Amino acid sequence: MSRRLELRQVSKSIGDVDVLAGITVHAEPGEFVSILGPSGAGKSTIFRLLTGGLEGHDGGIDFDGRPLADARRPFAFMPQHDALMPWRTVIDNTALGLEVQGMSRKAARDKVAPLFGEFGLAGFEQKYPAQLSGGMRQRAALLRTVVQDRAMLLLDEPFGALDALTRTGMQRWLQTMWDRHRWTVLLITHDVREAVFLSDRIYVLSGRPARVLREVAISLPRPRKDLASPEASAIEADILDTLLDPQPAQRT
Amino acid sequence: MSQSFSAAPRIVVLFAKVGPALLSVGTLVLAWELYARISGISPTTLPAPSRVLAQAIQQRQALFDNTVPTISATLAGFACSLAVAFILSVLIDFFKPLRRALFPVFITSQTLPLVAIAPLVVLWFGFGLTPKIMLVALVTFFPMLVALVQGYESTDRDISALLSSMGASRMRIFVLARLPSSLPYFFAGLRISITYAVVGAIFAEYAGAAKGLGIYMLNAKNNFRPDLVLAAVLVSALLTLALFAATVLIQRAAMPWERLDAARKS
Repeated sequence: MSRRLELRQVSKSIGDVDVLAGITVHAEPGEFVSILGPSGAGKSTIFRLLTGGLEGHDGGIDFDGRPLADARRPFAFMPQHDALMPWRTVIDNTALGLEVQGMSRKAARDKVAPLFGEFGLAGFEQKYPAQLSGGMRQRAALLRTVVQDRAMLLLDEPFGALDALTRTGMQRWLQTMWDRHRWTVLLITHDVREAVFLSDRIYVLSGRPARVLREVAISLPRPRKDLASPEASAIEADILDTLLDPQPAQRT
Repeated sequence: MSQSFSAAPRIVVLFAKVGPALLSVGTLVLAWELYARISGISPTTLPAPSRVLAQAIQQRQALFDNTVPTISATLAGFACSLAVAFILSVLIDFFKPLRRALFPVFITSQTLPLVAIAPLVVLWFGFGLTPKIMLVALVTFFPMLVALVQGYESTDRDISALLSSMGASRMRIFVLARLPSSLPYFFAGLRISITYAVVGAIFAEYAGAAKGLGIYMLNAKNNFRPDLVLAAVLVSALLTLALFAATVLIQRAAMPWERLDAARKS
């Protein structure tokens, strides 16, 4: 079976700045992969290359074994801030991707409506985003992402703006949802614990220009409930060492 | 906390909102009335507010007949100005160099003194509705254009990036994101421009018209009737306030989410 997504030695400069310096990353179908790195390292640049927000790069990007350029918009993208439109009701926000695909507003609503319960948004269909809590806004943004039925989800620090308690709740909820649906996910985060808790594999990126410092497979059994288990803590501490003091890691 | 607020009787809440304004206006009018009576100043120089009001009621038919053309000129001019501002704002949003080409011309148009321009426009286009529409458009067009262009620019970058990741065309992004994002700016511009519009219409009439509040003021002044000038001023002020209130109501109807957003941010 071919890999769902494969980046081979991808480099990208924006102006005079080298942002990505030979990134090699892949994801298997149904795998939850995280890209972990310091802020400003160029993690979001990878997503912009994938979604077509940036053009031109060195190296190859394949999707399902063929060049990405041949694939027809295989990604559903969830940006860093929820990017909900304040002038649309929650249901119309979640149906946005379907509408852009050419579905009528009525048909798009009919398709998202049954999912509101599962996403903890039942009863809020006709509310505006301003009437939702931070966690609910993120769940609405994720619903808007998954309902597009794309082959792969790109999540760009989805819980970065939430308070610590809400974030932990959302991470648990996302794990439950992923367990049920087994989406192929590429998650960008700078939260080590979040990456360890959610991922099958983690790529640890250096600061700019970003290179892959390490690839860490997380074999902890699922469902993962205990964030503070000794095994998880050991992996977390190990990755933190790599991020905060990258020199020894480079020698290995 | 919020419960104790909503428990207050509506009349109390209303007074807390409009009370200060009523108090300041009332004090000014009272001071004016007292001064006019005590100083013994001639009513042909400074009439008391009571006299202005009495004359306004007595002349209500004439005032009404002259208010209708002013309203038509204001609304017609403003509608033209809005239509042109909207079309140009869209063109500028899709073709940015147009902004650099056009804005200097429009900024210059805003520096023209109305006193000098109004009689010329009347000279060129006569005493009919056309010169009034043009002058109202002249004073309101640029603020509306700037408001719209700025409004499009205010679109959340994340929302644009999200839409293009979904495969939306530039036109689609404009309709789905940039246009709705401009609404708060549009209404802010509308509130300011509608007050300019009335002043613009009255100025145009002042420079030459068959009927209208502007020409009514001019005639009253020439007949040494400052009380009637002020009565017409009162009508124009009420007209402006009514139009302003209308824009607020339209905004509330068009943007039901706006007050929720404001409540969330405060």
